[in-house]
Amino acid sequence: MDRAETDQTIRRLIEPFDKKGVEITDATTFAGDLEFDSLTVMDFVAAIEDEFDVIISMNQQAEIETYGQLVDAVHEMQADR
Amino acid sequence: MSEGIRQPDRPQTLESESRDLFSKFDDLIAMREGLLASGQEDPFSLVMEEVLSPTRAICNGRDTILLGTYNYMGMTFDPDVVAAGKQALDDFGSGTTGSRVLNGTYQGHKACEDALREFYAMDHAMVFSTGYQANLGIISTIAGKGDYIVLDIDSHASIWDGCAMGKAEVVPFKHNDVEAMEKRLRRIPEGAGKLVVLEGVYSMLGDVAPLAEMVAVAKKHGAMVLVDEAHSMGFIGEHGRGVCEQAGVIDDVDFIVGTFSKSVGTVGGFCVSNHPKFEIMRLVCRPYVFTASLPPSVVATATTSIRKLMQGSNKRAHLWENSRRLHGGLRDLGFQLGTEEPQSAIVAVIMPDLERGAAMWEALLKEGLYVNLARPPATPANMTLLRCSLCAEHSAEEVETILGMFERAGKAVGII
Repeated sequence: MDRAETDQTIRRLIEPFDKKGVEITDATTFAGDLEFDSLTVMDFVAAIEDEFDVIISMNQQAEIETYGQLVDAVHEMQADR
Repeated sequence: MSEGIRQPDRPQTLESESRDLFSKFDDLIAMREGLLASGQEDPFSLVMEEVLSPTRAICNGRDTILLGTYNYMGMTFDPDVVAAGKQALDDFGSGTTGSRVLNGTYQGHKACEDALREFYAMDHAMVFSTGYQANLGIISTIAGKGDYIVLDIDSHASIWDGCAMGKAEVVPFKHNDVEAMEKRLRRIPEGAGKLVVLEGVYSMLGDVAPLAEMVAVAKKHGAMVLVDEAHSMGFIGEHGRGVCEQAGVIDDVDFIVGTFSKSVGTVGGFCVSNHPKFEIMRLVCRPYVFTASLPPSVVATATTSIRKLMQGSNKRAHLWENSRRLHGGLRDLGFQLGTEEPQSAIVAVIMPDLERGAAMWEALLKEGLYVNLARPPATPANMTLLRCSLCAEHSAEEVETILGMFERAGKAVGII
């Protein structure tokens, strides 16, 4: 799966969590723009983990602030597998 | 793994910017001021001026029934417990002034660890100065950088802080969700150290973890298991060893962490284990090494209390009666509760919002009843809760009185 495909899949997964209908770009932030609280983050991360069969620890999440960083991280994790 | 004792005991001083470091608390300060401006009594500055018994005190000038302490087995005024503390004060003085690994180990600390070993029928017991330090120390020492900790999202702050201090990879799962826990365990890289951290009773809603399934899953995936039994010790399980005893999995649990500040009725924390190398923890666990040991009077009261809890089956039976009656009575009055059935000595009453929760808390206090007001961010799903913790010393009549108080206060505030 290339980065564009990863992006498309994550875009689909984020939809039910994007309650305010924020337009998602690579620069969209989870805490600021999307206002995700810790429970939402956990559910969203679980959805990504299930889809890609990867694990994203809270320590890794702390490094990911924007949507673009998330797509890059998931893309890299898949490449490593 | 943690570097433990080889690290210096003073952190490096970091350069700070010149901004006001307190500005990050502004939202919380505003919330508190808003609440108090409406004439509400401050729910977080209750003073017990006189304590009359495990279930009654003079609070803010009023004779009050205590339904918001963790004195589950009512041991704080047990005559044998109090006598043991007084004797230890006379014999050993008011404090040890030192760490357990230096001058802080007295005969009383060893006796307390003996009582814990016997209580849990385990090989090793280690006493900490608080329950918070027990979790902080054990978790951060056994799960370090590169190891994985899988834990319930509703875990206590001491568990989260232990994870952060050890720098392990932290992977939370949805509260009490066995399937979510297994998925995460399955994906952890092969060969990595794995620790699953669970609680027997979760203190906010008073609900119990499905430990039979969870411990089996953890073991299947080669993880060590730590269970915090703070809110079940003395009360749940045939011998009062907690939810893991009741679920029949205590032999598969690697570490049980607990506290003296609940059923035991004093202050302190502990960890028991059958791990053959457990004793090395006394040298490598920083919250054990770098803090003063408990005063002799405290370990003497704890030892006496723990030994009496072994014979506490009558008290346990009465506490269950109280829990069932309060839970059923509140549900019949129309309150929304944290669990469908009574699962522990904690009965959580869910409030519609913080404002009405605080008003209800105050109305109950004026009736002469103290409960805990729990609010975000300490609560799951941003709930506001009135948390009732029952005591084996609450009489059946007191429970009826409490229900009457809830009915009057609930109607006055408009919740029922």
